[in-house]
Amino acid sequence: MFQLTKIRFLEFWREPEAVFWVLFFPILLASGLGVAFRNHAPEVIKVAIVADGVNVANDAEARNIAGALAGNPGVSAVVQDAQAAEHSLATGKVALVIVSVAPREVLYRFDNTNPDGRAARALVDDSLQRAAGRLDPVHATQQLETSVGSRYIDFLLPGLLATNIMGNGIWGVCFPIIDARRKKLLKRMVASPMSRTEYLASFLLSRLLFLIFDISILVGFGHLVFGVPVRGSLAAIVFICVLSALAFSSMGLLMSTRLSTMEAASGVANAAMLPMWILSGVFFSARRFPDVVQPIIRALPLTASVDALRSVMLEDASLLAVRSELAILGLWLAVCFVLAVRLFRWR
Amino acid sequence: MSPAAANIALQIRQLRKAYGALVAVDSLDLEVHTGECFGLLGPNGAGKTTTIEICEGLLDPDSGSVELLGRDWRTQARELRELLGIQLQETTFSEKLTVFETLALFRSFYQRSAEVPELLRLVQLEEKRDARVGKLSGGQKQRLALACALVGDPQFLFLDEPTTGLDPQARRQLWDLINQLKSGGRTILLTTHYMDEAEKLCDRVAIMDHGRVIALDTPRKLIASLGVEHLVEYATEGAPLAPAVLQQLRGVRAVSTVGEVTQLQVAELHQTLPALLDKLAAQGAQLTELRTHSATLEDVFVSLTGRHLRDE
Repeated sequence: MFQLTKIRFLEFWREPEAVFWVLFFPILLASGLGVAFRNHAPEVIKVAIVADGVNVANDAEARNIAGALAGNPGVSAVVQDAQAAEHSLATGKVALVIVSVAPREVLYRFDNTNPDGRAARALVDDSLQRAAGRLDPVHATQQLETSVGSRYIDFLLPGLLATNIMGNGIWGVCFPIIDARRKKLLKRMVASPMSRTEYLASFLLSRLLFLIFDISILVGFGHLVFGVPVRGSLAAIVFICVLSALAFSSMGLLMSTRLSTMEAASGVANAAMLPMWILSGVFFSARRFPDVVQPIIRALPLTASVDALRSVMLEDASLLAVRSELAILGLWLAVCFVLAVRLFRWR
Repeated sequence: MSPAAANIALQIRQLRKAYGALVAVDSLDLEVHTGECFGLLGPNGAGKTTTIEICEGLLDPDSGSVELLGRDWRTQARELRELLGIQLQETTFSEKLTVFETLALFRSFYQRSAEVPELLRLVQLEEKRDARVGKLSGGQKQRLALACALVGDPQFLFLDEPTTGLDPQARRQLWDLINQLKSGGRTILLTTHYMDEAEKLCDRVAIMDHGRVIALDTPRKLIASLGVEHLVEYATEGAPLAPAVLQQLRGVRAVSTVGEVTQLQVAELHQTLPALLDKLAAQGAQLTELRTHSATLEDVFVSLTGRHLRDE
């Protein structure tokens, strides 16, 4: 048993590509997405002020407006002639066009269905009224916050962890067994007094040992680099990971029972994993799919794993609170394992 | 166990195995004696591998019985596995592991096992101890497979086509190794489609064709059963000698012609050859080819089936 598990590790470590894909790829992915979706500085809304360059009084008024807006960091104003301003508004380059109709009288042109347009109107109007001498009767101060736990990277990381466990569980079990069968090594081992149970168990055991890397690298990386919170207990996270790893390993085992070529294995594994990548809410919330398919999505093992991990990591949920997800994982584990043992072909 | 039974390591009775309509093994009876090297010789598809895999407990027969070392696969499988050494056709060991690690892995499966250094010395892989399996040559891989078969210090050794695909030098090296193992008192059952291999290694040979044994004896007796000791093949420029003339030569049993080449089956080479040369000289024919060889198991197979061993 020790020897069998040991060779699983040796075979893995001596495959540099596997080490890269399994251990470093998830980190690269998390980094890339984390950088892409990091929190930006508040956006500056662009507006245009119309000045035709002919009417001198009007131009002076436009400059006054520009001067008033210069003090507002949330708005960036450009002065354009009427036609250019019209074009800028139509193409979305600016959210609002300001036309000076007469001294102390302006016309705002904007699309009322565009939130930027409405925001621009409020900001611009505020600046212009104050510049003209309005006094606010209510004194207001503001405190700015970015809340940890609701950013995209926080949403993403538990999903990546679950996906990683799924990929490693399915591939890590399915691939070497089929490889051994293809090379007739499986047959040779069965011809020795090796215990068949120990052989299969060595795959599950090595999966669980690899899980230590999976969890510590992804959670540790996310926590240290992006400050992703780990609010629930670490023991609960580990428990969900172990259950997920066992469920996905059994799926891998089930896939490996009959197949004897890598091409077939690759096809079956992708057919199983690709829908889950998309449906199970790894990259965006699964709630966006129609209500009709929600029960199916919820029954998928990856959905259960992702949801349970998210609840525990981000919302400090207890294992009891995610019991339905755990039950789904347990069911997949039991059904796949029993079927796999029934169907396994040792030749 | 009766004294007679103690002498029999493997007894196969009325063995039958079919894959759909194809009957791979058909009512096969065989006895392998303790301590002998027994060969199953036959062309590809003759049922050799099916037979050996049933004996190894890897396949279940449709009917018939196999008694191995006085035990039965159906009830004493675990015990039997400890006593057997098995080399399968075309096993590829994990390329990422070293020779030592591969042997250590297989050693861990057995309760009683040989020491790894000793095995490496036996199969002459001491220098390759820490080499990755993927870097070994074909002959070295085959010797590693043999070492894995020997790891449990087996009483009975199964070798399925041990030298197929090897170059002549590697084959000879493996033959020396198997001959050493024979002197160690183990019982060996090997399959091959090389007649020279069967002649070199086996005490007794069963020739198989279409799932049946068509001849069984020592290689020497099988060849002797042909009634011819030698074959002479020659080709000439100029008028060939008529078959009727050749038949008259001393010791000639049969004459056949394949293209340019005339083949004579003869009992006594030293009587026939001078007579043939005299006749050719008298005729004024120029010899362009002349070959003689002793009859082989291949010739036995051809005379029994009318086909060559290597014909597909």
